[in-house]
Amino acid sequence: MNEAAPAAEVNLDGVAPTPMPPMVRYLDEDGEVLVDDLPMSDEMALEGYRVMVRGRRFDERSVSLQRQGRMVTLAPGIGQEAATVGAAMAIDAKTDWFVPQYRELAGQLWHGYPLTMAFLWHVGHPIAFQVPGDLKMLPFQAAIAGQLPQAAGLAWGLKLKGDPGVVLAIFGDGGTSQGDFHEALNLAGVMKAPIIFLCQNNGWAISTSISQQTASETLAQKAVAYGFPGVQCDGNDLFAVYATVREAARRARDGKGPTLVEAVTYRLGLHTTADDPSRYEPPEMHDLWVNRDPLRRMQLHLIARGVVDRPALDKIEEEVKEELRVAWEEAQKEPAPDPTYYFSHVHADQSPRLHRQLRRFETGRA
Amino acid sequence: MRTSLRGSIDSSGALRPDVPEVTVVEAVNQALALEMGRDERVVVIGEDVGKSGGVFRATDGLYGKYGAGRVIDTPLSEGAIAGAAIGLALAGWVPVAEIQFLGFAHNGFNQVVDQLARVRYRSAGRFSAQVTIRAPYGGGVRAPELHSDGFEAHFAHAPGLKVVAASTPYDIKGLLLASIRDPDPVLFLEPLRGYRQVRGEVPEGDFEVEIGKARIAREGSDVTLVAWSGAVQLALQAAEDAQAQGISVEVIDLRTLVPLDAATLAASVTKTGRAVVLQEASLTAGFGAEVVATIQEEAFFSLQAPIRRVASPDVPYPVQMLEEQYLPNPERVLEAIVATTRE
Repeated sequence: MNEAAPAAEVNLDGVAPTPMPPMVRYLDEDGEVLVDDLPMSDEMALEGYRVMVRGRRFDERSVSLQRQGRMVTLAPGIGQEAATVGAAMAIDAKTDWFVPQYRELAGQLWHGYPLTMAFLWHVGHPIAFQVPGDLKMLPFQAAIAGQLPQAAGLAWGLKLKGDPGVVLAIFGDGGTSQGDFHEALNLAGVMKAPIIFLCQNNGWAISTSISQQTASETLAQKAVAYGFPGVQCDGNDLFAVYATVREAARRARDGKGPTLVEAVTYRLGLHTTADDPSRYEPPEMHDLWVNRDPLRRMQLHLIARGVVDRPALDKIEEEVKEELRVAWEEAQKEPAPDPTYYFSHVHADQSPRLHRQLRRFETGRA
Repeated sequence: MRTSLRGSIDSSGALRPDVPEVTVVEAVNQALALEMGRDERVVVIGEDVGKSGGVFRATDGLYGKYGAGRVIDTPLSEGAIAGAAIGLALAGWVPVAEIQFLGFAHNGFNQVVDQLARVRYRSAGRFSAQVTIRAPYGGGVRAPELHSDGFEAHFAHAPGLKVVAASTPYDIKGLLLASIRDPDPVLFLEPLRGYRQVRGEVPEGDFEVEIGKARIAREGSDVTLVAWSGAVQLALQAAEDAQAQGISVEVIDLRTLVPLDAATLAASVTKTGRAVVLQEASLTAGFGAEVVATIQEEAFFSLQAPIRRVASPDVPYPVQMLEEQYLPNPERVLEAIVATTRE
């Protein structure tokens, strides 16, 4: 205890929430600029928009293919494209790591994950988990927040090596209720690990609303307890997410440790293709967020700035449609995995015991 | 075997001044110090592993020798220790993480079983996790529950994770060196009861004991007695007692649970025709059941009697005053040995 602290009586009713910085915003719902200096050029904004469209149309196409029985259960990121793409744009794919949960595909596309691989993921092909080449990205993670202690360890390991890289670890609002979230943020704070914890608060963990998830006023304020900054940004505003994560990455690179960024967004689509939001989602809430759609907002902004006109936006749609067609065609050419594939990659070597199980599998004998 | 200040006297009575006797925990320490000196990528992480040298002193002296950058105290958080070990490995380090007691590994169970064990598989070979998790375990040292439980089976059921459970200082050192060097994750279980009670000859230099190979701890011809980790000493004592009754017991020290050395089990039971499996943990779904199933698959037609198990009852680990009544003891093991020879 600080000896200089004045004597005080217990007054729990007088405990106020920690003051937090205001939510970072650059654009209003209709794409009107709220701040004079935008954090990126018009050209970069247009590139970001293009990848957001790629993510959106990919998800729509995938849901459609899933309904036709051609894809496995999948989790679209519709409505959250600005959050993931803005964050991905703020780090450097050459040095920095992207650690996903499973609803960040648009951002992963910016970071370098190929569209063909994304389709293969949704048909259940194991090769999609073999993050290609030397792309600094971990595979998709099914355990909510399970990737966070690993991301913290990765960032800590980079720091110990004097590597200039930082780690962008993404998860959802539900993830903040997990022990792994606490353990990861606590460790990262102690080790001053160069990491950005990006929470996509999309309002729902399947059917559990944010008010059922936490009594915290914001998710960002949880960072205060771990000894590093937390900040909310408008997750449907590409500029806001980009500027916030860029600043967090700068802090990380400067040796100042982690930041928790809460991107306030909304899941406009399904939790997964096995989900039916009409059972729990108030229609008026959905409508409210449809008006806050990050794609619509960027379209209005880019048109207002004179960067594009409607025909140019249509052309982007056409180009993305063609990219998706080619990628899906490529994905379908990928040979199905060998039936014994799942015996591979368990260990570097194969124990006699596992080898024998493989032989039994191949010969069909008991 | 007698201990001498200048070395040791082996079972044949020869003086071995060049091969000193050490305890199990000293063998752990030797392996860690040796490998940290040999491979700069090796980092030791865990609770109290730094200045304190570990609650059992397994990491004693490492902090002074290799510094705060490679011997690192972590928060009290098994999930963070195991999970961060994965991340450290991805960054190019070779982490050796200490979980203070195996019972607390459950706090990080997801990171060990669902995450660490699957790094290579989940990434279809793109990534691997050269991680060793060391954890003392087992009862009989008057520790509270969860400090004493035999939880090895929980981890042996995790494809992708190798599980080592050696008993002698020699095997502990050789297998720990092999585990740290293994490109895949290894859960390295250390016999808490043997930490200071079991001494043995251990060469000071570098050597490995192969993962996945059992050891014949004592040769015999009438009954095969299978044990691992802290129960091996008990098995050897029971074998000695059985010898006094004219029963020749072959004791197999599994040393590695996963992958299981089925060949050594099969060869021994083919010779003896009888088997008793000894596990310290509670009976149902224990690792002994896997051993029994393997023996009957590999050597069924050599069996002259049902395979017997000696285990603790299916109740949670008791407090200290009841510990001795709970754990298998020489009498119960001997009773099983004698019974199997009469069937």
